[in-house]
Amino acid sequence: MTAAITLSAGHGHESPGRRMWRRFLMHKLAVASAVFLALLALIALAAPLSEALLGLDANRVDLLGRLAPPSWAHPFGTDELGRDLFVRLSYGGQVSLAVALAAAVFSAVIGTLVGLAAGYFGGRLDAFLMRFTDGVISLPLLPLLIVLVAIDLSKISIPSAWLESQHIALYQIIIVIALFGWTTVARLVRAETLALKNREFVRAAVALGAGGPRIIFRHILPNAISPIIVATTLSIGNIILLESVLSFLGLGIQPPIASWGNMLTNAQELMWSAPALAVWPGLMIFLTVIAFNFLGDGLQDALDPRALS
Amino acid sequence: MIRILGTRVSESLIVLLIMSFVIYGLIGLMPGDPIDEMIAANPLLTSEDVARLKALHGLDKPLMERYGNWLWAAVHGDFGFSRIHAKPAVDVLLPHLGNTLILMTAAVVLSLLIALPLGVYAAIKPNSALDYTINMFCFAGISVPPFWLALLAIILFAVLLGWLPAGGMETVGGAGTGWSSLADRLKHMILPVGVLTLHSVGGYTRFVRASMIQVLRQDFIRTARAKGVGPTRLLMGHALRNAILPFITVVALSFGSLFSGALITETMFSWLGVGKMIYDSVLGNDFNLALIGLLFATLMTLVGNIMADVAYAWADPRISTRRGLET
Repeated sequence: MTAAITLSAGHGHESPGRRMWRRFLMHKLAVASAVFLALLALIALAAPLSEALLGLDANRVDLLGRLAPPSWAHPFGTDELGRDLFVRLSYGGQVSLAVALAAAVFSAVIGTLVGLAAGYFGGRLDAFLMRFTDGVISLPLLPLLIVLVAIDLSKISIPSAWLESQHIALYQIIIVIALFGWTTVARLVRAETLALKNREFVRAAVALGAGGPRIIFRHILPNAISPIIVATTLSIGNIILLESVLSFLGLGIQPPIASWGNMLTNAQELMWSAPALAVWPGLMIFLTVIAFNFLGDGLQDALDPRALS
Repeated sequence: MIRILGTRVSESLIVLLIMSFVIYGLIGLMPGDPIDEMIAANPLLTSEDVARLKALHGLDKPLMERYGNWLWAAVHGDFGFSRIHAKPAVDVLLPHLGNTLILMTAAVVLSLLIALPLGVYAAIKPNSALDYTINMFCFAGISVPPFWLALLAIILFAVLLGWLPAGGMETVGGAGTGWSSLADRLKHMILPVGVLTLHSVGGYTRFVRASMIQVLRQDFIRTARAKGVGPTRLLMGHALRNAILPFITVVALSFGSLFSGALITETMFSWLGVGKMIYDSVLGNDFNLALIGLLFATLMTLVGNIMADVAYAWADPRISTRRGLET
């Protein structure tokens, strides 16, 4: 943390945490995005509550009230089956956000472990892991994801109790995305580990007799955490895009579970009669993804001063 | 240069071989198998028939043996039959491949025509209002779900305004001949190419900007300016020339994500390319076609990677390999 020694004029003795916070606040769009995402998470989590308040059921079909325009009873109107759009968007948000966060964290864990192993142990292991990473990066992502979410899970040995779980499609999509999503973090962590490995404080720890795991997790990992956080935040947007396109194509999250992607599947068939249906779920995806990208950008400015232009 | 090319090509062949096994295994895990499809189509089949058919098609053999047989045939140019199209899978692939290349080439060219000037303008005055606007545009392009963009484009231009066709490759039955046929095809290209361009242009522009800013900070730019080189010449002749070299690599490396984008646009606009072919074959249990489609998608991205390495080595003789730079 050499940067912490540099004192910026006018701010006196500023702690690293304070400086990061100040830098983050300078990025107006990132702050706005953080507020937006917090609100969104709140609305998504409160979906059962708003369902109760409006006296609705997210999956109740009301054919007489199809494609209703926005009203007090239905703030965003209803869809082609008369289901309330606002409540379904909230539940869809739960699913999209939960899947994206889980897949992003899962990817980050895999990437961190691979990067730490490659950077710390070096040699053949490093060469092998980095070749493997390059190979994974060069694969055509979406076509492979389509096959992987289409595979019949009963053909691989998975306990049948799992297969009957309603959420199996969620787990499948999280795992499948994480299988490909770890590469960026792996490269960043490896580079960071290589740089940290030869720093004085790590050498001192080695000289004091610290073992490998202690060096890796106590000394290297905490100092490599900034790029992990930035890359993971930036990856969430991409994961939401991937999940939504798979669900849209009818391969990811299946109805009756709502996701922003599968809410648009029907919108395509109905665009001649009800073009408005195509707007809200897509807009939610767009705003959420762009908010995560701004947030990642802001975090990069705050946590990684070297990357400042 | 030749040595680099040789290593990269042989490495890529190994990746392709490994991927062919992985994809072959995955396709086997998709719901149903070819014989199930036959049973569904013909209720008169008995279970002995099924066993006989499975033996005939080698489906009772272990995975490695089946893969070996498939690979042997594939190396000899036999990729099996497509169930949906009732043609050899290769014959289905080739026209689709051409259509995808047309779509991707048009989108890349258009993206470059937009990304280069935008990136340069943004880099001239970082953090100016113009830079800010361009940056917003990039973030929007990166963040918009391409299938939603396609949906909106269809609703606006095909449904509400009626200016452009909603999808397909040409007007069925009314395409005309000669020039009018060409005009008709171009009209069908506008929306898919536009959507795919917006999907990729944001990332390119941000890279050009970052790359230009970095170059403009260097000493030789200051020297050139001190010697009285005019601003246009300085930007175009000195700075852009240096900024564009890493950019070529980035474009070549983006083939994989471009192909993913192409899959979405092709599916949305019924553009008969490899992406749509893969999607349709996966949904339609057309195993041979899905297999060859995925292999070609992998091959395309690998070729993109090789091109990136070659471009890098050509652009900067100091670096013998791309990986050499990272360590």
